[in-house]
Amino acid sequence: MTVILPRKDVVIVGLGWTGSILAHELTEEGLDVVAIERGPWRDTATDFNIGYAQDELRYAIRRDLFLQPVVEAMTMRNNTTQTALPMREYGSFLPGNGVGGAGVHWNGHTWRFWDTDFQISDHLNQRYGGNRVQELQLQNWGVSASELETYYDKFEYLAGISGKAGNIKGQIQPGGNPFEDPRSRDYPLPPMQMTYAPTLFAEVTKSLGLHPFPTPAANMSKDYINPLGIAMGQCTMCGFCERFGCANYSKSSAQTTILPVLMKKKNFEVRTDSEVLRVELDASKKNARGVTYVDTSGQEYFQPADMVLLCAYGLHNVRLMLLSGIGQPYDPNTGEGTVGRNYCYQTNAGAQVFFDDKNFNPFVAAGALGQTVDDYNGDAFDHGGLDFVGGAGINCIPTNGRPIQTRPTPPGTPRWGKDWKQATVNAYKSTLSFSSQGSSYPTRGNYLDLDPQYNDRFGRPLLRVTFDFPDNDIRMSNWVSDRMEDIAKTFGGKQYVNTRRKKGWDSVPYQSTHNTGGAIMGADPKTSAVNKYLQSWDVSNLFVIGASAFAHNAGKNPTGTVGALAYHTADAIRQQYLRNPGQPLVSA
Amino acid sequence: MKTLLLSLTLSALSLSGSLALAQAPDQADEIIRGRYQAVLTDCAACHTAPGGKPLSGGLPLHTPFGDLVPPNITPDKETGIGDWTKEEFRSALKQGVGHGGKRLYPAMPYPAYTKMSDMDVDNLWSYIRTVEPVHNAVEANQLPFPFNIRTAMLGWNMLNFTPGDFKPDPGKSEQWNRGAYIVQGAGHCGTCHTPKNLTGADKDGVALQGASLQGWYAPNITSNNHIGIGAWSDDEIVQYLKTGQNSHSIASGPMREAVQESTSMMTDGDLKAIAVYLKSVDGGPDDKPKAVAADDAHMKAGALIYHDTCSACHGLEGKGASQLFPALAGSPLVQQPSAETLTHLVLYGSQGATTPAARTTPAMPSLGWRLNDQQVANVLTYIRNSWGNAAAAVAPADVKDKR
Repeated sequence: MTVILPRKDVVIVGLGWTGSILAHELTEEGLDVVAIERGPWRDTATDFNIGYAQDELRYAIRRDLFLQPVVEAMTMRNNTTQTALPMREYGSFLPGNGVGGAGVHWNGHTWRFWDTDFQISDHLNQRYGGNRVQELQLQNWGVSASELETYYDKFEYLAGISGKAGNIKGQIQPGGNPFEDPRSRDYPLPPMQMTYAPTLFAEVTKSLGLHPFPTPAANMSKDYINPLGIAMGQCTMCGFCERFGCANYSKSSAQTTILPVLMKKKNFEVRTDSEVLRVELDASKKNARGVTYVDTSGQEYFQPADMVLLCAYGLHNVRLMLLSGIGQPYDPNTGEGTVGRNYCYQTNAGAQVFFDDKNFNPFVAAGALGQTVDDYNGDAFDHGGLDFVGGAGINCIPTNGRPIQTRPTPPGTPRWGKDWKQATVNAYKSTLSFSSQGSSYPTRGNYLDLDPQYNDRFGRPLLRVTFDFPDNDIRMSNWVSDRMEDIAKTFGGKQYVNTRRKKGWDSVPYQSTHNTGGAIMGADPKTSAVNKYLQSWDVSNLFVIGASAFAHNAGKNPTGTVGALAYHTADAIRQQYLRNPGQPLVSA
Repeated sequence: MKTLLLSLTLSALSLSGSLALAQAPDQADEIIRGRYQAVLTDCAACHTAPGGKPLSGGLPLHTPFGDLVPPNITPDKETGIGDWTKEEFRSALKQGVGHGGKRLYPAMPYPAYTKMSDMDVDNLWSYIRTVEPVHNAVEANQLPFPFNIRTAMLGWNMLNFTPGDFKPDPGKSEQWNRGAYIVQGAGHCGTCHTPKNLTGADKDGVALQGASLQGWYAPNITSNNHIGIGAWSDDEIVQYLKTGQNSHSIASGPMREAVQESTSMMTDGDLKAIAVYLKSVDGGPDDKPKAVAADDAHMKAGALIYHDTCSACHGLEGKGASQLFPALAGSPLVQQPSAETLTHLVLYGSQGATTPAARTTPAMPSLGWRLNDQQVANVLTYIRNSWGNAAAAVAPADVKDKR
């Protein structure tokens, strides 16, 4: 028997970054809000205890904080001719789980996408003509960088980002990223103190005429008190960010920036260890009635609500839409339909330089402590004579020197035994790594849908991921790898290795948890699932918030844009939607 | 005769009835003033259980004599104080004798409340009458024999209790007198912070110089420069009481509740008066003891533990971070004669106070699972004797007692 609960104004699915932001903003409006979170409650002192928070085996190898496939697996394949199989272990990407979501165990790279991203189709067609992007399904986002500026700013100040502005109101700032769009003011905190490897990277890239700048970081360069009055502490550079919760209140997350205030509000409640099974629609399919969820005892509940906000990880948002019959599922054969469309990823490559005479002390590190050059990112450079579009940020961000996973060895080293041990001793301190984080552009054949064969523990079809790196993106990545080779040579080490991106996405080795698209935003309901305010075109009281809204992925980490879009949505709900509830904010 | 009595009662009733009508605005004022008295007296700290309805009964108080459960003081007639009179309420607060002549235990701080003015107590009564009545039967007296005999309090009172209103000191400022009135009376600071004698009463001559209770050590809050708050400015004291933190300390344990439910809601004027008064209270000798030498074996072992486990938050120099990690260097709390609070914090962790002005609600993780008694003793000895701090070494046996 499903228990029917008392009505709420708003039900939020998932209490990570976006769920917490929306809950905070809408409770400020006086609404009665409940968040339903599949995973457990997590807080700094109780769950990221300094005595064990830096347990590499538990958190990095055994992945204690991540979604486990027993809870939800996915099936994966490279193209529609293959049969997708379920992953028994997550590999290529690692979705989060529990309160705070992936925002608990991220590194903290906090970027703004560029206006040339938001207007990508128009921009590229205008600059290079239509033929250049024929193999791609590039779409404008329906929003501009200037519209989002204030929301990026809001997120950066909430999260206390450490960085150096490159462009304040059109004035290029020395030491910042000259390619970024104008911002209204500098970051709330100055850049972190650089370690040796990024310092050297900056010298070398500058000598090549490039423009290095400190990577904007959600690791605190100083003590900080955010606009909600919540204090964070200066990062100690322990090198345990990605895959770990921060024990020191030094990395921005919902826990360290919002929850201390949100959890004390009388009009907010979170129900943890509770999995939403589906969004319930009324007979017209144009209105959500609430959600049905199940707790750990197996008891089902119906939570009626006037508004439903999907704030889970992007992939889960898309799956919930498909499971609930919201919108038209995307069909790669016809290119029609919107839900599952334009799934994108990240096109990365790496380089290592081995030295004899340098000591980088790699254990002095933070998740986003480093230097970036954006000279080859997005459309910052002329693609006129090139056979691809897009680009990559080149990052020297030595996030850690953790003992199990940080074992660089030069080519030719045996994989085990005495010689391997000696090589790891020699290379541990004296190896410099840098990488390219490349854009991922949509194609007709990369998409998300429900698997026809495999179900989860509740009998619901798993999400099926059909993805391979588009040829355009491979050409882009290789061209950037050539530039990285120039950089690697200039370092003057004894040896370097360039690891290039190859066709044939492999779902096993870890690459990036930047899965985007599937419920993309746009101006046309035929080719987008949500409007520019992330409101469903099909179900007006449903908003779908997260990287699921990205019409493509840029050569940048997504969290900054996810945060900005969340604030953009919150503002639209507060300023517009609540005056006329249940109505579309953009007419189709 | 009977008729006469009846008619007298009737006329009294109609009189009080018309008075009540005529004085309705004053009644509202009384309630508002009474509500502020409830802030000063912090009734909720004991009489409201976490998550419970206001004033409907609290969690057991573990006294050295046994358990007492703070009763339901809502106006419920059966289980609360709905059938009490104003006079009985006044008598309970100021004499320790409640409804039907029942004697209260001094866990109810009537030895402090006796200093409250009748008007303040009456206002409090007016306010308490407006609280939602809650039906919740509480068996307050869970003491073992012979302490469960309430009439024994007659003897206790003879030994320890001096009833009577606060007597202002004409030689002091109005502000000082206001501070003294709150601290000694409604605020009942001494209930926790004043050392107790064998019968559990305040010791004479050492008011507010620090005492042990409920597994914590309520520190010295006098003018003592070393272990008191003599080195804090008035503004720093006000900030602590108002927000739960200042650059020297963050409220935790029982003081977390006191700040959240009481001091953070006091007026700035009252907080300033409290600061002025506390800084005038004699705090005993404030000579610093000789610090344990840095090359002492326990200090050296403690330093290593501190660097590994504590320094990431509290800093290599023990300076902490604003609103987040309390400073250890120069902290009076760290240098109390008793390390009970510190031991509690290290073994079990604790969450700091949250107030509208300081919302971070930081928490110390528990480390008792990681450090053995000797290690806890070493690291506490280290923080009590580093960066200019000086206090007695902590013994492993003291830690063991707290597990």
